Amino acid sequence: MDWTMWVEWIVKGFVLCLILLTGFAYLTWYERRALARIQVRVGPNRAGYQGLLQPIADAVKLIFKEELTPGHVYKVVFILAPVLTVVPSLVLAAVVPLGTSFNLFGREITLYVADVNVGILYLTSIASIAVYGIVLAGWSSNNKYAMLGGIRSSAQMISYELTLGLSFVTAIILGNSMNMIDIVNEQRGLWFVVIQPVGALIFWIATLAEVNRAPFDMPEAEQELTAGYHAEYSGMKFALFFMAEYQKMIVISMILATLFFGGYLGPFVDQVPLLGPVYLFAKVIILLFGMIWVRATWPRIRYDRLMSFGWKILLPLSLAIAFITATGILLADVLNNQLFFWSIPVVSIIALLVAVAFIYRDLRRKSHGRI
Amino acid sequence: MSEWIYVALFIAVGLIIPIGAIAAGFILGPKKPNPIKEATYECGVEPVGEAWIQFKPQYYIFALVFLVFDVEAVFLFPWAVKLGQLGLYAVVEGIIFVSILIIGLVYTWRKGMLEWL
Amino acid sequence: MTGAQIIFIVVALYTLGSALMVVTTRNLIHAALWLVSTLFGVAVTYALMNANFIAVVQVVVYIGAIAILFIFAVMLTRKDMRDSGPQMNKNWWLGALVAVLVFAGLAFMLSGWSGFSKVAADLPSGFDSVSLLGEALVSPQAYVLPFEVASVLLLAALVGAVYVAFNRK
Repeated sequence: MDWTMWVEWIVKGFVLCLILLTGFAYLTWYERRALARIQVRVGPNRAGYQGLLQPIADAVKLIFKEELTPGHVYKVVFILAPVLTVVPSLVLAAVVPLGTSFNLFGREITLYVADVNVGILYLTSIASIAVYGIVLAGWSSNNKYAMLGGIRSSAQMISYELTLGLSFVTAIILGNSMNMIDIVNEQRGLWFVVIQPVGALIFWIATLAEVNRAPFDMPEAEQELTAGYHAEYSGMKFALFFMAEYQKMIVISMILATLFFGGYLGPFVDQVPLLGPVYLFAKVIILLFGMIWVRATWPRIRYDRLMSFGWKILLPLSLAIAFITATGILLADVLNNQLFFWSIPVVSIIALLVAVAFIYRDLRRKSHGRI
Repeated sequence: MSEWIYVALFIAVGLIIPIGAIAAGFILGPKKPNPIKEATYECGVEPVGEAWIQFKPQYYIFALVFLVFDVEAVFLFPWAVKLGQLGLYAVVEGIIFVSILIIGLVYTWRKGMLEWL
Repeated sequence: MTGAQIIFIVVALYTLGSALMVVTTRNLIHAALWLVSTLFGVAVTYALMNANFIAVVQVVVYIGAIAILFIFAVMLTRKDMRDSGPQMNKNWWLGALVAVLVFAGLAFMLSGWSGFSKVAADLPSGFDSVSLLGEALVSPQAYVLPFEVASVLLLAALVGAVYVAFNRK
């Protein structure tokens, strides 16, 4: 390994970080504009053309803002917590392939940071590290709201992590590998979302809970917890929590696009490899709009229902989906009958409808009962 | 192993961002602390006592159940990778593995441990 | 010394240092965080040995679940995070002696092994440990019985934990 390799990888890391940072800045703008449109408002449109300079103005304001460190906090952990929240949100992106590879001055440059053969399990492990930032922020603030928000949020995240892991299992069964690049290549014929739409939906719901987005934004429930785990943070440290949330939204949309929506695949991507990132970008924008749309239309779920939903509906459903997929693929393979293969989406949707019926029955019973 | 070096490099690069941001805020932001500003924020009401109190053990139960199912998911990952090349018996073995744990989930459910009270 | 050896020594020292901090720090939350750092060091050691799967599982299970459980336990039960009692009891020298003896015994036994002073060979290209593990887990010739017994073990752990928690209520 010569020194140019090192330079190449470091530059790549910097570029990916910059992409995520810019993505974060413009995702806030995108979200505010989209939310405003949905609520028949205009949204930020003053700073620059269509408000495009708004994120920069926000960043400058946050840098020059007084940063309060309340006297009663646990200093070391208080400063460590935002760092521990941001770093996993960046590091998640290391195994996501943005494209194949292209030639630059005779060098073959691959469009991913690392090609780890346990890529998907790596994602699970980083997702489980992300819990620490939030629980430590809540604890070190020595504030009742922050503590409640942090501990609630961590319980929520670990509950939905199981569903996330089992949705990963579904994607691995379909892709026959834990390597993200192999999984993308398996989707050349057919995107996995066609075979397993319910798996993609479950994954998406679990990721919403994992990044604490509406309707699962319990840790930040303003009405009951003021601001949750970051109640005592201000200035740049608060911005870091904000940054982590939005970067996670981007990266998780990238992962969803890679696992179920064909990743960087699209027409002519083999001839022009640089089209890969463009296709991925387009898919991410569409998936992000879905997240914003949900935030604009759905009320927050009550905490007990959130936990019940995670443990009693999503966990059994995701297990069922994984086994329906496994059985369908192997039956189609062994009996050499494509009918079994196409029964996977049908049976999965039936399983989803059964789960929805369960929720409906439970909600009706509860609303006529004691609550 | 070499792939992990790239991940490590990426973590190092990723650390620059939060550390740089905190340093920038520390250097450029004004600092005029006073006791009122530094008080615990509780919506304007004087805080009573500390936040470091005992919480409901329910959180701990969820973490325990999570641990068991996390280990289960870890076992399913290598099983899923190889599934395409294995026969139907592998699926049956997986189903047995998971249904034993489903018994545990049902038991926890029946005991009311998954209820948030 | 090769680059890999230097990295190994640095990681090993880091892991040992963190482990020392776990037992010496007086603050329980700090001890839990140092434990996380120790476990992470162990994961890096696995990665150095080309055991990618084990390395990542170490992070998922130990850092992501077990250490979280510890932190919850500390946060939910202790009002005072600082341990006021003495850090060591009067038998500390006995513990230290046993540790040194165990280390010496292990080192002595391993020094007789032919692979002790060899540098690990590179894995053959195309070697996929994960799919081999997956095959071994369900193959009747290999580990299918331990695989299913592991499930029973997990069930026993779950039922036991729930039973203990339920009775206390």
